[in-house]
Amino acid sequence: MNRADRLATANIGVAVGASTVAAMMAVMQALSRANLDLPFRSASMYYLSVTAHGVLMALVFTTFFIMGMGYVVATRALGQPLPWIGFAWGSFWVAAAGTLMTALTILAGKASVLYTFYPPLQAHPAFYIGATLLVVGSWGWCAVMIRAHLLWRKANPGALTPLPMVGMLATVIVWLLATPGVAAEMLFQLIPWSLGLVPTVDPVLARMLFWWFGHPLVYFWLLPAYVAWYTILPREAGGKLFSDPLARVVFVMFILLSTPVGLHHQFMDPGIDVKWKAFHAFNTMWILYPSFITAFTVIASLEVAGRMRGGVGTFGWIRKLPWSNPLVSSVVCAMLLFAVGGFGGAINASFGMNAMVHNTSWVPGHFHTTVGSATALTFMGLAYWMVPALVGRQLELRPMARVQPWLWFIGMLCFSIPTHITGLLGMPRRVYDPSYAGDATAASWRWLTDLSAIGGLLLFASAMFFALVMLFTVTAGKKMEQPPLEFAEPLEPPGPRAAILDRLGLWTVVAALLVIVAYGYPIWSHLQMHTYGSPGYSPF
Amino acid sequence: MNVDFYEKVWMWVAGVIIAVFLAMIAVSAAAYGIRPPSRIEMIDPAAVMADPRFAQQGVTRLPDGRVQATMVVGMFFWLPAEIHVPAGTPVTFRVTSIDVTHGFEIAKTNVNTMVVPGYVSQLTYTFDTPGEYLIVCNEYCGTGHHTMGGKVIVEARP
Repeated sequence: MNRADRLATANIGVAVGASTVAAMMAVMQALSRANLDLPFRSASMYYLSVTAHGVLMALVFTTFFIMGMGYVVATRALGQPLPWIGFAWGSFWVAAAGTLMTALTILAGKASVLYTFYPPLQAHPAFYIGATLLVVGSWGWCAVMIRAHLLWRKANPGALTPLPMVGMLATVIVWLLATPGVAAEMLFQLIPWSLGLVPTVDPVLARMLFWWFGHPLVYFWLLPAYVAWYTILPREAGGKLFSDPLARVVFVMFILLSTPVGLHHQFMDPGIDVKWKAFHAFNTMWILYPSFITAFTVIASLEVAGRMRGGVGTFGWIRKLPWSNPLVSSVVCAMLLFAVGGFGGAINASFGMNAMVHNTSWVPGHFHTTVGSATALTFMGLAYWMVPALVGRQLELRPMARVQPWLWFIGMLCFSIPTHITGLLGMPRRVYDPSYAGDATAASWRWLTDLSAIGGLLLFASAMFFALVMLFTVTAGKKMEQPPLEFAEPLEPPGPRAAILDRLGLWTVVAALLVIVAYGYPIWSHLQMHTYGSPGYSPF
Repeated sequence: MNVDFYEKVWMWVAGVIIAVFLAMIAVSAAAYGIRPPSRIEMIDPAAVMADPRFAQQGVTRLPDGRVQATMVVGMFFWLPAEIHVPAGTPVTFRVTSIDVTHGFEIAKTNVNTMVVPGYVSQLTYTFDTPGEYLIVCNEYCGTGHHTMGGKVIVEARP
């Protein structure tokens, strides 16, 4: 095990640890919303656990897993050692220290401000500083990834970047376009304010800066999953990638469109011009397009695999896919759930229909089929694929690993569909006790929250299966030679015209200009308004 | 760049689907006025109760016959917690917060807006069916968030 593999393993280890703690928080929330009176149930415990679950899943699990996966792709797909490895380890420790700081502040009850941390809710400064260190550490990872690509370019003049690395670089670029928003919110607003250096902050400005980061964050989660769907799934399924150039088009579209869309989270906000909301709604709709292409290409790749394995007939190829491979079943389940998430997302982004679902439980129902399935379940599948090769041990508890994705799939349907429906019936998200003193409308949600709680229990079981498989693989798996990790070949090579798609620096410049248009004017005009700041409140 | 025939067809279909979605949004916004509440009006959150715009809460009939519901929200209450409005008449809600950000939502309607301190939220809605409607806070605002229920009683017009 070389230093780069140890670094990747350390990142994935933090991710798995964070997700295990977060899963325990989650099951408690699902039971609380079903009004089960458990001994540890209290309002402050509930909101603490929502904060911990959100931060540990959405920010810690995803970021560390993606960093670990990035190092695996940069060494395996580029076929070269990782550059700047000491610096990369330093970045890991900065991010890990920040995570610990933030997590301990939350668990101490000093930061029940949820993972969106909207002011004027005010957490202890350690919460904001820790989260900022996590982002700073991830910037170190970005630098290492870019450096690895530049070295590869120098050694391979004129060659097209291997597709898995294109996807990881798109992830890096999206992250670098997104994080300045939240960095500005932290450095100019929340950290000085929580330290008492400035008395007030403007909450609408803070929300704009947060969502500049908050929506591209979802593509930061999604693009590594797409790397797996395009470049790992087809090979593991026994076939080839259906279309390499279209996969490159998809990644470039995400670079361009992932950031100038964040105001669709603020359709219901006062103080923001409706014309800019409409502009962001327009951009958001087009970001469905690369996912439509992905659906075709990835399913076509699966069909290629099924037929190469001897499948015949219109649907006969499905049976021939290697369902016993937990990467294959994880990714297919993740994609099916993401179809639900994609259509729900189109509704959220609809300028008019958003009023029906905004901040209702529809929203957590939605994003548990996106980040909670498309991303999380794909990452679990990737862990089954990568971790044995990184640590040089065979996957342990295989039967558990085979059952786990299906358990997640069923649990997620059982959790998410009723959660969508209660949202349409008006139930708000993030409420400890949705009974509203016996109100009749609130009573109509009850049987649905019970179903969601059953889904929550199944998901919890699935998450524990995953954690156990990982734990036993790393500590007790049978030792073996580190096997190679290889990526799918395309049916046809991409051809010379794909070279324009490989000019990632150029696309980044275009994307940055779009961000300046989409956020420059709204923020500039907001700063011209006469607004009133808010002091901090910590009602938790 | 060789793109498979069926994939080309699919790419056109996907483009048309998105164009149709956008056309529906544009028509509903332009012809029916279905667009998100986006009032730009500031208020000092520390002086809401003394501000003439919010000193009197509750439902009033404006001189031109329109109905206006003025509400103030704080941790963890609505002021007033119960309002009576007529069915079939447009009601303009004006809401502002004296502390943190809250969310004003009337369950099973399209009344939904963030209430951010320092800003006035405003939207208009017509209740067609008389009855009792549940007001909830839909933005986490502290340990009492889930207790913030309120009521709208929609009365049939005499």
